[in-house]
Amino acid sequence: MLAADGRPLKASLNRALRRQKIRALFLIAPLLIFILVSFVMPIFDMLLRSVENQIVGNTLPRTVVALQDWDENADTAPDEVVFAALYTDIALAAEYKTHTRLGSRLNYEMTGISSLFRKTGRAVGRFETDVYTEAFQAADPAYADPAQWAGWMQDDNIRAALPQTTNTYDAWAQMIVEEENDIPAEEEPWDFVYTALYADAAGGAALPISVDLSAIEPVSLQASFAEIDEDWIDPDVWQTIKAFSPSYTDGYFLNAVDLLRGADGVEQRPENERLYIGQFINTFVMSLSIMGMCVLLGYPIAWLLANLPARSANLLMILVLLPFWTSLLVRTSAWKVLLQQQGVINDLLVWMRIIADDGRLTMINNQTGTIIAMTHILLPFMILPLYSVMKTIPPSYLRAAKSLGATDWTAFWRVYFPQSVPGIGAGCILVFILSIGYYITPELVGGTKGVFISNRIAFHISSSLNWGLAAALGTILLTVVMVLYWMYDKIVGIDNVKLGG
Amino acid sequence: MKTTLKLMATTCLTLTATMAVADGHMANEMTIVSWGGAYSASQDNAYHQPYIAQSGISIINDESASEAVAKLRAMNEAGNITWDLVDVEAADAIRLCDEGLAMEVDVDEVLAAAPDGTSATDDFGGALVSDCFIPQIVFSTTFGYRTDMVPEGVEPPSGACDVFDLETYPGKRALNRNPIANMEWALLCDGVAYEDVYDMLETDEGQAQAFAKLDTIKDQTIWWTAGAETPQLLADGEIFMGSTYNGRLFSLIAEQGQPVGMAWDWQMFDLDGWVIPTGLSEDRLARTLDYVYFATDTQRLADQAAYISYGPTRQSSAPLVGKHATLGIDMAPHMPTEPSNAENTFYNNYLWWADYRDDLDAKFQAWLAQ
Repeated sequence: MLAADGRPLKASLNRALRRQKIRALFLIAPLLIFILVSFVMPIFDMLLRSVENQIVGNTLPRTVVALQDWDENADTAPDEVVFAALYTDIALAAEYKTHTRLGSRLNYEMTGISSLFRKTGRAVGRFETDVYTEAFQAADPAYADPAQWAGWMQDDNIRAALPQTTNTYDAWAQMIVEEENDIPAEEEPWDFVYTALYADAAGGAALPISVDLSAIEPVSLQASFAEIDEDWIDPDVWQTIKAFSPSYTDGYFLNAVDLLRGADGVEQRPENERLYIGQFINTFVMSLSIMGMCVLLGYPIAWLLANLPARSANLLMILVLLPFWTSLLVRTSAWKVLLQQQGVINDLLVWMRIIADDGRLTMINNQTGTIIAMTHILLPFMILPLYSVMKTIPPSYLRAAKSLGATDWTAFWRVYFPQSVPGIGAGCILVFILSIGYYITPELVGGTKGVFISNRIAFHISSSLNWGLAAALGTILLTVVMVLYWMYDKIVGIDNVKLGG
Repeated sequence: MKTTLKLMATTCLTLTATMAVADGHMANEMTIVSWGGAYSASQDNAYHQPYIAQSGISIINDESASEAVAKLRAMNEAGNITWDLVDVEAADAIRLCDEGLAMEVDVDEVLAAAPDGTSATDDFGGALVSDCFIPQIVFSTTFGYRTDMVPEGVEPPSGACDVFDLETYPGKRALNRNPIANMEWALLCDGVAYEDVYDMLETDEGQAQAFAKLDTIKDQTIWWTAGAETPQLLADGEIFMGSTYNGRLFSLIAEQGQPVGMAWDWQMFDLDGWVIPTGLSEDRLARTLDYVYFATDTQRLADQAAYISYGPTRQSSAPLVGKHATLGIDMAPHMPTEPSNAENTFYNNYLWWADYRDDLDAKFQAWLAQ
């Protein structure tokens, strides 16, 4: 069948539809781009941090390569080759000021590495490797000439003959350009370049101008590092560096579930450091309790809202919504005033002689405080979906049930309740998911036992700067919520959830 | 179709406008980040207002210093530094310096010498705890107690160790919800010598000893996260004694007239100061350095002490500390550095904590959760 312009009708229709679709897409494009840029991408970027670990390989590239030949199960520190690589890496990193950053990264895995790197960055310029520099320069003034150096380093034969020197010189030259804003061909190479030159020469490489090496007393870099800090010859430090040298790590995730990578694979953390599993369980138990309390308290109110005459229902609705519009902090602080030991409720109970003055109840800075305050704060999220569902249940059903001989209870349980289940489902999902990620209320009234996993995430984001661990905890939380949502969908069915009439 | 066009045009315009605002750092204004409240007010009176009057530069006060470390890192990653100068605690300055987020400064070059010609390095002395840190004030974490809740016939508490004495001083306590200061006090009050505290804390036995000491008061303690909580708890009579920053207790006692006393013994000295973010453009950096030179000279640091009871970090400022600007009381007796308050003081070892903070924090939180 052909359209008026002679094309097949089907193709013509498709084209028209496609044009419409593209136009529709253009209409939502601002929102779509906004969500992608400001929501989806940052979340993925954050989640990626939980496995990212390029910092070790980027800061100590030569050391990581050299360490591949070191047996981490041996009880000795690596040999001179590794220390030579470390010397170059740290000398460069100290100029880029990245060694301290790596130190704080590795300090998450092994306490003490932070100051080890900080100290080493300061001391690495004072190694006695200047004997190499002086010896080469004394042997031939060409070795002190920056232009001569630059010339050699463009000669492919020399580059091939002196691999370590080439590698070190290139990195040094790049650093001179980037950090010092100088031209390498005008700057005398630093000690570590001469150190690499000596290493090449000692390995039998042909120098551009031959030098008598026997006059040079070699400097032990291992001893130099050990002099800064004994920790450099501690195999544990090197095991940590080697274990975390790949670009991606599961270290943060292991930490987030109270595990660690020990000498013989993954093992549990020592008992006095186990923290997160308990916090996750705590978070779920409390969120479930808050959800349960919300159902218990919210259901009768929603029923009243749906069944009272319009005037009083409106008044009640305002009472539900009013706290909703009040600042979260104000409501939480109000609970502090009410619940504390010298607070309104305890005063009242003492005055009524229900409790003794020295037996005041502890209702805040513990789980009770968190559950009470959060139930209050999240209650509207339960009442509103319940109300909107109950509003659609015709009152005639209940009357019909009763006229057929059902008791009040049977009529409610068999007729009314099943119809309100979609509202309960929606309310429960809302309250549970909101509460599981809640931060500010537990922080203020939760004390030490009533805090959620989100409080630890916040701590690692803003205070300890361990963003990798925070991202791992966040990823686990997100995954668990999604799994629960999926289970909920399997059991209750998401089609049975109604947020509105 | 017209509507679509209009809609898209509006979106584009809004986006451009937002970006223009975000990027528009005015030529004659700078953003200074601090802690807010009475502390920011003291800086405003002592530094900002005189500087504005002198230079004509306007200063925007940002009060997000408590999130400064995380925000600076995020700004650095985004490549858009919107802050010019940030007020942080010394421990965070070390952290920012390690992360390469704060600029290293040559103190003698950047800061003014004392009026008698003493170099800035000597004038600040031990307060220069990091290459990036420009010290401002000395404050201390110390204890306040309810004078009306001291049992009869008992001397009021004098210091940190009384917090562990439940027999003499029954009642609830408030302590900071992190290991810093608490671990040191626990060991010190358990009989460990001052100079051995950090060596002990490095060992498992030392840590166990500190936790055992803290265990004795664990169920009587409320753990705070914000410095304002202890004054609040003291004012409500919820606790008998609690630790917080000495300036908070000063305003509780002197400004609000609450029945609260100070227990200064073994106060934990701490420093607060400026760091300059890395990556400022040349003109912004020049402006920031000009401000820092002005705001950290001897007179300005002494002026600040008229508004809040934190001591100036320059030795040359100490003799210039006078009376409170509005209350008219002598400030010296309320300073952590006043000799009668500073008989026994504890110097926080920042570099040690930079190493052990993560490890001990995990153990401390696990201990709290038990």
